[in-house]
Amino acid sequence: MSIACEFDYRKPKTLSKAIKLLAKRGRDARVLAGGTDLVGWLRDSLVAPDLLVDIKGFEELKGIGFKNRALVLGALATFSDVLESELVAQHFPLLREMAGMVASNGVRNRATVVGNICSAVPCCDAGPVLQVYNAVVHVRGPNGKRRVPIGQWFLGPRKTAIRPGEIVTSVTVPLPAKKAAGCFVKLKRYRGEDLAQASVAVLAFSGREYRLAFGAVAPIAVRGPRTEALLKGQKLSAGLLEEAGKLAVEEIVPITDIRSTKEYRSLMVEVMVRRALKTAAARLAGRGPAYGINVMEEDTP
Amino acid sequence: MKKITFTLNGESRTVAVAPHEVLLDVLRDKLGVKSPKVGCERGDCGACTILLDGKPVRSCLILAVEVEGQEITTLEGVGRDGPTPLQESFIRHNAFQCGFCAPGIVLAATALLEKNPKPTAHEVQEAISGNLCRCTGYEAIIESAVEAGRQGTARARKPAARKSANR
Ligand code: FES
Ligand code: FES
Repeated sequence: MSIACEFDYRKPKTLSKAIKLLAKRGRDARVLAGGTDLVGWLRDSLVAPDLLVDIKGFEELKGIGFKNRALVLGALATFSDVLESELVAQHFPLLREMAGMVASNGVRNRATVVGNICSAVPCCDAGPVLQVYNAVVHVRGPNGKRRVPIGQWFLGPRKTAIRPGEIVTSVTVPLPAKKAAGCFVKLKRYRGEDLAQASVAVLAFSGREYRLAFGAVAPIAVRGPRTEALLKGQKLSAGLLEEAGKLAVEEIVPITDIRSTKEYRSLMVEVMVRRALKTAAARLAGRGPAYGINVMEEDTP
Repeated sequence: MKKITFTLNGESRTVAVAPHEVLLDVLRDKLGVKSPKVGCERGDCGACTILLDGKPVRSCLILAVEVEGQEITTLEGVGRDGPTPLQESFIRHNAFQCGFCAPGIVLAATALLEKNPKPTAHEVQEAISGNLCRCTGYEAIIESAVEAGRQGTARARKPAARKSANR
């Protein structure tokens, strides 16, 4: 099946030209980076822009760096770049664990992390993980630059805080101030490359502080502030884990769709939260399983 | 229509495309390169895999206009001077049945072996993740790539390797 809608394609020489073009064309224009979502949406007629602005040429948007004690993921950094980054492996293992669970190698070679949060589908894998890292989205537009905390970025399914004419230039991930370890759990219908039925990200800090976020169980990737408050300063006893799992379910609003029912999502999130917390805490203590394992396949409660 | 020029299997090619034309369709229908297959057309099956600047990607999720100036390798380019040792290994293991997935898997495994000449079974599995095969169950495919790694580089076309095909 080919793409039915026709559009113009431009690849400006500079970022400021791209922004001018986007500002002029407003909502009729779309930014094209890896295109792994956008080309699919065009094919399915979910979007019908008049113009695509390809930003792949801009050197300043490429690669992964470290600045002001934060990881800088350029808008063109792919999930494969994340997986290959020594910096990420050493200091942001939760990010790496998530990247390894995104689609397949052939998609990850093209799909960008920034694109993932710009598509902003409820099941996007980067959302929950960037949420627990308190990431910041950096945007440039006709009126200059602005920074949007990830907590204010997602507005609804496929809706973000971006305004017409703006381009996301990077997302920065602050290095946790304390020793931290995490766990990303992605529930899928089968072992292969599936979109998430539900996902849970946990970041545990020394001093018994925990951050939790959920994917695919609400219109956007959300944090679990009540569960975080319950856990703060506490030792993770079996009883507390149980309680946390139950409370987490109250913080989500899952729906029934092609991948799962809302009942199943709720039941599983309870289990996922327990396992993610336990795994993150064990990793923090230096005795957890290696990053990248699927804790839903483990034989633990 | 836009004229784009890129390198296809070592040769410079120029073709006129409309911006909404998908690379997979342009390769197959305008340039006659038929090894990338039309499968799911949504990034899930890997049948349309090509190497773009050496990396396996899904040509069903790329617009043709995007590849201006880039280098594309399809199976036609990999096997141009006869089967590579990797392909010989696939033959020896009888790794494919209908062969629909083969171009994508050969390319994904070729790219892996260039980066990582002696991959483990797990690394092969990761590299061909999302390259679905509905016939074989993958075991022979994975073993072929691991063995090709053990025996030498993926692309080197040594006479010795040629011989094993006539075994
Ligand atoms: S046809 Fe491209 S991934 Fe299936
Ligand atoms: S051999 Fe038939 S799909 Fe793989």
